[in-house]
Amino acid sequence: MKIVVCVKQVPDTKGGVKFNPDGTLDRAAMLAIMNPDDKAGLEAALRIKEECGAEVTVITMGLPKADDVLREAMAMGADHAILVTDRVLGGADTWATSTTIAGALRNIDYDLIITGRQAIDGDTAQVGPQIAEHLGVPVISYAEDIKIDGDYVIVKRQYEDRYHEIKAKMPCLITALSELNVPRYMTPGGIFDAYDKEVTVWGRNDLKDVDDADIGLKGSPTKIAKASDKVRKGAGEKVNLDAAESVEYIMGKLKEKHII
Amino acid sequence: MDLEQYKGVYIYAQQVDNELSSIAFELIGKAKELAKDLDTDVTAVLIGYNVGGLADSLAEYGADKVIVVDDPELETYRTEPYAHALASVINEYKPDIMLVGATAIGRDLGPTVSARVRTGLTADCTVLEIGDFPINPLPNQEQKHNQLLMTRPAFGGNTIATIACPDNRPQMATVRPGVMQKLEPVKGAKAEVIEYNPGFEKNNKYVEIINIIKQAKTTENIMEANILVSGGRGVGSAENFQMLKDLAEVLGGTVSCSRAVVENGWLPVDLQVGQTGKTVRPNLYFAIGISGAIQHVAGMEESDIVIAINKDEDAPIFDVADYGIVGDLNKIVPALTQALKAELQ
Repeated sequence: MKIVVCVKQVPDTKGGVKFNPDGTLDRAAMLAIMNPDDKAGLEAALRIKEECGAEVTVITMGLPKADDVLREAMAMGADHAILVTDRVLGGADTWATSTTIAGALRNIDYDLIITGRQAIDGDTAQVGPQIAEHLGVPVISYAEDIKIDGDYVIVKRQYEDRYHEIKAKMPCLITALSELNVPRYMTPGGIFDAYDKEVTVWGRNDLKDVDDADIGLKGSPTKIAKASDKVRKGAGEKVNLDAAESVEYIMGKLKEKHII
Repeated sequence: MDLEQYKGVYIYAQQVDNELSSIAFELIGKAKELAKDLDTDVTAVLIGYNVGGLADSLAEYGADKVIVVDDPELETYRTEPYAHALASVINEYKPDIMLVGATAIGRDLGPTVSARVRTGLTADCTVLEIGDFPINPLPNQEQKHNQLLMTRPAFGGNTIATIACPDNRPQMATVRPGVMQKLEPVKGAKAEVIEYNPGFEKNNKYVEIINIIKQAKTTENIMEANILVSGGRGVGSAENFQMLKDLAEVLGGTVSCSRAVVENGWLPVDLQVGQTGKTVRPNLYFAIGISGAIQHVAGMEESDIVIAINKDEDAPIFDVADYGIVGDLNKIVPALTQALKAELQ
């Protein structure tokens, strides 16, 4: 079977957040890691590969430096890697990102597509379901567990107070939760091999059945009106008192605010 | 796309097991405000099987119209028949604005439907308002009025962005549960109820649910609480949370916690406040032994009054606390509980 895992290189938020003048993220200026939910998705794919035999392809859309996460994925055990990169694809919202990745996936065979539930930079959880919609395959979001049963997948789909055990015929798309597993480390041999392997690089013209009106900043229905560092509630009073005085102080405030 | 055809503020009235989720009422509350600014009305879209009886309570919370899509295929949430139902309602009735809760259902349904009806979707919004886009006039760009401006946190709450969807309709957003406020229900209020069924034909996207496992609800819903007594790593142990439970009890409040507490196994995840937990907005929030990491603050900063107790006077929680007490929680919390008991008896 053939599995495609969609991964995203995301800024490590500890490194600080920077914006371009047009309000979009300046990804080039930030430290980058493989998005954690995507890594769990990759690990799930590699476990299926070990149990049932599968060919695992990782795909990402991003700047040329996103090559790093594809090498990492191959060092973990992915067989093939595709980098979709092109200036005209920049500034994409989730709609334009999903049309782009769907356009790339139309070029290859797949039984199962796995994406992370959401990326730690945008936190939207939208691109996975939107890719499935563009490709006309079923989506199963929030997967806590994935099992293969012949031509079917059996997925534990998480909700707030329950889970559904869902059976779907492949091809289908699954969005993975970090809870799915603990991803393996790269092996030294794997790292060595990963840099010998080839990463397929695709640009705008390699996308299949994708309209110019649906890609990049121009093809994004959502537009950033304003982006800024969060303005937080200001600090109030701060006191340093002994326990008895502290209690008296809190009691006073609770009375003043008519809580008691 | 003729944008003028699209009118009205619509909300997805999520129900599970034929019981409306709180988010449905929260969305109506916000939709009423938006509809007032746009001089239009609020329509709730109710999707399920044998759910028509829920229309009245949507009306009591403020819905002017309720579109009911009722079909045996819709008995339990599955992406496909539900996405078909909501996308068909959008194509048929053409709403200007479509709001969906950012729940485990809405974050699956929303993106699928937005892709199907070819519009933008802004995720996990915390502020929605009507305004101009661009916000300030630009020389070579038409400034559009009466746009939905959708504000959301990103980067784990480090930044906020305001997003518009000026050229596509509907303007769609998912909205974080617990952020918008419900209206006071008006007993006996009625809405215009419209039944609509687009027809459901099985295709490859219909998956099979082979089992539903409900996790027992062992805890109270911290999003509904008026008073929260929240503890962090500084509380020290699962046993020490008894102090916080005692304080909560005397105040008629509920105990909640930070992520560290869940990671240490002291309290279950349903009680976690923050970016990866729940967003709460109680009247009173005690932050006890909580340092106040940005991810925690993102989930509680809308609280009316925040009282923080922490031994570290540089703890960032003091930056968002109305009243900060630098001191030993092990001494202050039990003494406070005693004082409250004496006062309230």
